Amino acid sequence: MSDDVNGLNESIQYVTVVIGGQLFGLPIERVHDVFVPESITRVPLSRPEIAGVLNLRGRIVTAIDMRRRLHLPARTDGGTAMAVGIESKGESYGLLIDNVGEVLDLPTAGREPNPVNLDARWTAISGGVHRLNGQLMVILDVDRVLGGMTEAIAA
Amino acid sequence: MDDLLREFLTETNESLDVVDVELVKFEQDPNNEKILGNIFRLVHTIKGTCGFLGLPRLEAIAHAAETLMGKFRDGVPVTEAAVTLVLQSIDRIKQLVADLEASEQEPAGSDEDLISQLERMAEAGKVPEPAVEVPKHTEGQLVYQILERQLRPGEVSLDELERAFRETVAEEPPAGAPAPVATPAPRAAKAAAPKAEAKEKDGEGEVKSGGVSAQTIRVAVDTLEHLMTMVSELVLTRNQLLEIVRRHEDSEFKVPLQRLSNVTAELQEGVMKTRMQPIGNAWQKLPRIVRDLSAELGKHIELEMNGQETELDRQVLELIKDPLTHMVRNSADHGLETSEQRKAVGKAEKGTIRLSAYHEGGHIIIEIADDGRGLDMDKIRQKIVDNGLASEFELEKMSEAQIYKYVFAPGFSTATKVTNVSGRGVGMDVVKTNIDAIGGTVDLKSVPGKGTTFTIKIPLTLAIVSTLIVESAGDRFAIPQLSVVELVRAQQNSEHRIERIRDTPVLRLRNKLLPLVHLSKLLDITTIGGEAKQPVSEEDGFIVVMQVGQQTFGVVVDAVFHTEEIVVKPMSTMLRHINMFSGNTILGDGSVIMIVDPNGIAQAIGPSQSAGTTEEVDHEEERSRDTAQMVSLLLFRAGTAEPKAVPLSLVTRLEEFSVDKVERSNGRDLVQYRGSLMPLVYFDEYAQRKTEGSLPMLVFSDAGRSMGLVVDEIIDIVEDRLDIEVGSERAGMLGSAVVKGKATEVVDIGHFLPQAFEDWFRRKEISSEALTRSLLFVDDAPFFRNMLGPVLKAAGYQVTVCGSAPEALDMLEHGRRFDVIVSDIEMPEMNGFEFAEAVKRHPRLRQIPILALSSMCTPASIERGRQSGFDDYIAKFDRPGLIAALKEVTTHEFGVAA
Repeated sequence: MSDDVNGLNESIQYVTVVIGGQLFGLPIERVHDVFVPESITRVPLSRPEIAGVLNLRGRIVTAIDMRRRLHLPARTDGGTAMAVGIESKGESYGLLIDNVGEVLDLPTAGREPNPVNLDARWTAISGGVHRLNGQLMVILDVDRVLGGMTEAIAA
Repeated sequence: MDDLLREFLTETNESLDVVDVELVKFEQDPNNEKILGNIFRLVHTIKGTCGFLGLPRLEAIAHAAETLMGKFRDGVPVTEAAVTLVLQSIDRIKQLVADLEASEQEPAGSDEDLISQLERMAEAGKVPEPAVEVPKHTEGQLVYQILERQLRPGEVSLDELERAFRETVAEEPPAGAPAPVATPAPRAAKAAAPKAEAKEKDGEGEVKSGGVSAQTIRVAVDTLEHLMTMVSELVLTRNQLLEIVRRHEDSEFKVPLQRLSNVTAELQEGVMKTRMQPIGNAWQKLPRIVRDLSAELGKHIELEMNGQETELDRQVLELIKDPLTHMVRNSADHGLETSEQRKAVGKAEKGTIRLSAYHEGGHIIIEIADDGRGLDMDKIRQKIVDNGLASEFELEKMSEAQIYKYVFAPGFSTATKVTNVSGRGVGMDVVKTNIDAIGGTVDLKSVPGKGTTFTIKIPLTLAIVSTLIVESAGDRFAIPQLSVVELVRAQQNSEHRIERIRDTPVLRLRNKLLPLVHLSKLLDITTIGGEAKQPVSEEDGFIVVMQVGQQTFGVVVDAVFHTEEIVVKPMSTMLRHINMFSGNTILGDGSVIMIVDPNGIAQAIGPSQSAGTTEEVDHEEERSRDTAQMVSLLLFRAGTAEPKAVPLSLVTRLEEFSVDKVERSNGRDLVQYRGSLMPLVYFDEYAQRKTEGSLPMLVFSDAGRSMGLVVDEIIDIVEDRLDIEVGSERAGMLGSAVVKGKATEVVDIGHFLPQAFEDWFRRKEISSEALTRSLLFVDDAPFFRNMLGPVLKAAGYQVTVCGSAPEALDMLEHGRRFDVIVSDIEMPEMNGFEFAEAVKRHPRLRQIPILALSSMCTPASIERGRQSGFDDYIAKFDRPGLIAALKEVTTHEFGVAA
């Protein structure tokens, strides 16, 4: 992610999503689409974060359960999950989240570094935080969300 | 890269390949003007284009080569040396072209060495005045040439070239007709000229070869690949649409969709066709290679090729090109003898390598056969031992086919002399790896003195796989049909039964025991929608019998749906580490399905199977041994705590009866079994009988009778070597052996059988008493002496056992008379073959029928047995076969005597 070099008046658009009650933001240029995942085929022996694979308009998309990725408890309210479609290195991924919110235009200057006492596992995939009215938005670093998973395999 | 240059490279490479082939043909048939004309034209085109593109080095070599060939055409005798020189020039051109391709410019350097040789060769031949012919043609051209530059030594005039072109055209213009000189008179654009000629020549050449190829165009492979991907997507979408429409009756989409479906199918077929290429393309370089090898190795080799037109997927073709080349080299180098050697053994001087290809099912079969000396078994054995791949002892127990397999082992080469052709110890293992990688198999057959045949079986295409869709734990999976042997439904009363050794299920399928595994267990899926689910029992499920290499096993699934041709899509990098899957795809209903990798399953089953229940097993030791001479042993516990073992092949089946099923009659325990009473024998007669629960037992059947040997607990079935290390004095025990790292008592079944039926061994004797014959049984293994001795006695023979062949010979020579001899093959000191030969050499003993009994039962060893004088050859555990064979030889003999 580009840092504060963008200058003071620059701003970035974020698609906000809610995962386990926490607001997250994904840079809009990384989000290809938002969809309701249907008939996910689970993949035996895969990492627990991988919810499975699904067919999105003829492409095979790997669905990642963001709650598990963030070490949050599984969802119990029974609501329909949503997915954010992203592309990385020519492959398609779907991040399973609880809800999609609005698109926010936030000044880069408003971004603050991760609080030092943030869970290390979160720090690893967070690109900083934005203070909004009454709540904090954690910026999800998509590459690190995915990268962390493939690296662990290689290790 | 410049388009022009790229085109030149492609075209030149193709031409060079053709020149290679044609030259080899030409050498064999030097009087064929057509071939020469063809070569001449091709080389000339190369030369012309080079000049045009400003590639002086290439041009100079091509020119010198062309000159030499011009001499041939003028009647200079074609010598091997000359052809070799031309071929060398072609090689140099190839090398230059390759460099050019890499760096986009002609490499610096000189080819004077070759050129001067070529020129010398051209000068040497006394030419019957080519100049005489020149004036016959138009003079205008001469003027033009003079204007351009001086003719180089031996350079061919344009006229001559024209003549060459004309002569190669099938229909020659009438002699009197004016020469159809297509050269535009002014020739201002000098650069364009050779190109134009090239085109012209191409046109002519193609017309000659049938007139269809003029309609071909070049398409970049990427474009085709992309087309293929798009068509795959289209097929998937079509399938989805069909699925949707199926759910809606009377849909107005039905008719147009049907049409779309047909068009899609045709389109798919069409695109697949563009990917197909004749296998001949992969063979193109072989004639040249073989020709060079002939020269180098001093062998006369003929290469026969059949089925060049057999088509297969481009991708597969690329992958087998190198393995094929390597195998042909190998056949030429190792397989075929030198001419002298061939003459010495009365074979035709010329060795033949035969390549053939044909379709079979969804596969293409390629055979590479030579009529050479065949594989040298002794050398291979030596090499195996030297390389530490197996011990001599282990080899003794292997079949020939098993030993041949070592040819594919890394670092294996039987050529004692490392030639520049082969024998570097890389090769056959790479061949096998490459073929394995595309889901193919390679096999070999060899007959000493007659030759070796390699058979490669590969799928036609890698893009589309025929799979079986199955369900396990609520999920569907696709299993490639290539490795599915059959589907078995094992229900309680079907002929294929599932037997259970403790918790390990095995399937008895036509006398073979197959390990069974649940797909759900392999994949570790035991939940459906978060709820734990007991895997389906083997009896309710379906068993997919799969074969991977030498391994056969059964995979239990919950349901089998149908077969489907699927387009394999690569898995996400995040999933690629799971070796149970080879890919995934989208099914007709739009859902994603994982494709099971049979190799992954085989790997998962291999090592874990035998270790499933005995944790204390030393895995390292277990794996380091070769499975070849392993015996399947049934381990059980009875009486004492230490495990006991009996060869599984002697056990008919395993049963368990609840104690209350046991009835007592006439002072002995019986159970009703398969409609008759089966006597039970307790392993430990004095032990406390169980009063409840069930009794596990081993059932032995013979000639319609069964008995149950009651044991305390059946532990496992293991594969291990059986070496009885400590003999036993105790009745019922043969001795102790180390099985799976534990001291195990080996049970003498012969001791227990008479306890069930006192006449188990005697009843047949009674009927044949008058005919009781004396039998000599020779086997070095005490285990078999003890195991088969009683069996033979039971069959009504007076058995004398003997531990070695020399001992047996000694006995025979000292007047002991026997009616029949049964001998083991693999014995130290003197093996069975030698023993039989010795017996047959002896005038007095010659009449005695002699049977071979061996665990090494291959066609070759059977043949060897027959040659040694054995009357029959029987597998070691084939008791009925042995009895039948004995009956046959003895009654036959008896009949003769009577």
